[in-house]
Amino acid sequence: MALLAVENVTRRFGGIVALADVSLELEQGAIGGLIGPNGAGKTTLFNLITRLYRPNEGRIAFDGKDLTRTPPHRIVRLGIARTFQSVVLFQNMSVLENLLVGAHARLRPFSERRGRKQALETLDYLGLGGLAERFPGGLPFGTLKRVELARALAARPRLLLLDEPAGGLNHEEVGELGELIRTVRRDFDLTVLLVEHHMNLVMSVCDHVHVLNFGRTIADGPPEDVRRDPEVIEAYLGASDSAAA
Amino acid sequence: MTRRWVGPALTALVLAGAVVLIVFLPRMTSEFRLGQFTYVAIYFIALLGLNILTGYNGQISLGHAAFMAVGGYTAAVLILGQEGFKLVGQEPAEIIPKHGITPIWTIPIAGLVTGVIGYLFGLPALRLAGVSLALATFAVAVSMPAIAKRFEHLTGGGGGLSLPLPEAPFGWDISPPHWLYYEAWGAAGILFVVAWLLVRGRVGRAWRSIRDGEVAAVSSGVSPAVYKTLAFGISSAYAGVAGALFAIQNSYINPDTFPLTLSILLLASAVIGGLSSLSGVIVGALVLEFLPIYAQEPPVFDVNFAKQAAPVVFGVVLMLIVFLMPGGAAGLLRRLTRPIVAAASRRS
Repeated sequence: MALLAVENVTRRFGGIVALADVSLELEQGAIGGLIGPNGAGKTTLFNLITRLYRPNEGRIAFDGKDLTRTPPHRIVRLGIARTFQSVVLFQNMSVLENLLVGAHARLRPFSERRGRKQALETLDYLGLGGLAERFPGGLPFGTLKRVELARALAARPRLLLLDEPAGGLNHEEVGELGELIRTVRRDFDLTVLLVEHHMNLVMSVCDHVHVLNFGRTIADGPPEDVRRDPEVIEAYLGASDSAAA
Repeated sequence: MTRRWVGPALTALVLAGAVVLIVFLPRMTSEFRLGQFTYVAIYFIALLGLNILTGYNGQISLGHAAFMAVGGYTAAVLILGQEGFKLVGQEPAEIIPKHGITPIWTIPIAGLVTGVIGYLFGLPALRLAGVSLALATFAVAVSMPAIAKRFEHLTGGGGGLSLPLPEAPFGWDISPPHWLYYEAWGAAGILFVVAWLLVRGRVGRAWRSIRDGEVAAVSSGVSPAVYKTLAFGISSAYAGVAGALFAIQNSYINPDTFPLTLSILLLASAVIGGLSSLSGVIVGALVLEFLPIYAQEPPVFDVNFAKQAAPVVFGVVLMLIVFLMPGGAAGLLRRLTRPIVAAASRRS
């Protein structure tokens, strides 16, 4: 059984159909990629999975449990953590405190000391050890993205949703990121779903790619198949190739 | 090598100094002055509560005097009982207990009652934020005096309720104002520790995360509904305790005891003390008690202002403080102590 199963989900905003009848499955331990041009509905799908939105139709199941009736703050308790397209950190809290909020659902009263120790370990793991007492303001963008990843990992999720993890990173950082995503999956025993524009990253890291265009699924399969799909080339790769040229 | 204990040690030293000062102040000052410092303790409690709500949780309240009034009336009615109520020439409501109870016990009860009412107010307030919430709380403060006048069987109406001065317990040989001073500072001490325990851990972080970014907080598992109403409840409980102490210290309560201006001054003092920090709250409380007094008779200039000029002086000083100390007293303290702590930590 798939860990995450999105079944025939439709979401409308007023008259606009952001997602139409989208289905997607992600196996335990897989890295899934969600791609598509701007406005294709990728972030909308993330917001539906994390229940910031509710689907108009369809259902989303995580580990067999229907998420549509779960309140948004319970999602992380079930094992789903996420990052945001534009980094959203708590600006007036230290990096360590940001992680401790990430671990909110796991922390119990009087487990403060253990929570801090684990958060510091997570920071060390991501090479952010020296930044525990720093505040997000003034840290470089790439570092902030990593802090946000650390906050998501602090929840010890089973499914990690990454919204454009390569956005704003330079070429070298993108290369490290692909490696990092794979190591993190292994070390934290994760299933990953990522939204990304950076095609090389998606094709090299993902086991499975799902392509959206104008809210509809136009392809779904292993990266090598999706890469050859004429409709995908037309809608997305072609556009990005011509933009790159 | 850094010495992590330097900061906490400095804090402990300052706190110990404050406790010693508070305990021995009655020997150094007149009974009249002492009464003023009792009010400082009362404002300190109210500002702790307001700081939890506005500073840590980001919910602006312009109506905290109304919550103080709830606490004040709860204490007054419980102290008097139906018997005492009749003495002031009012017919008491049925729900008021027959006999009055010892004043000190009315303080936690007032906190509890006000806390529940504040929590209930927090439920509809969940739909409001920022300026809308400020307006809604302001509306509560505006309507409070009228409501208090209307329900005269509960509040004594416009005539108000006079309260006896409480005697010190266990045959302790100190005057009532002296006892009230210790009572108020005792409550302030306990509530300071409670606030500190709350804001430093999981609950405080949840409050601040909602203030800094509600969507990210939700995605981290923080329920805004739970923590926002909790902040309202706890903040109101603090206001209730402060209101009860105020009524007892004042020996009298009527609909004008907790005026609209007090709500605004409380918020101003919270900002002066420094939002989302407990270290500056005492400064806010001192300003709230003494600035209006000194605004009438400025000690620095040999000038006697007309009564009408006092609010202007008050306003100008407020503006100066806000301009010169962004981040309030707590922010200033941080700027002053950071080099000391850093220097002391480095030397090894």
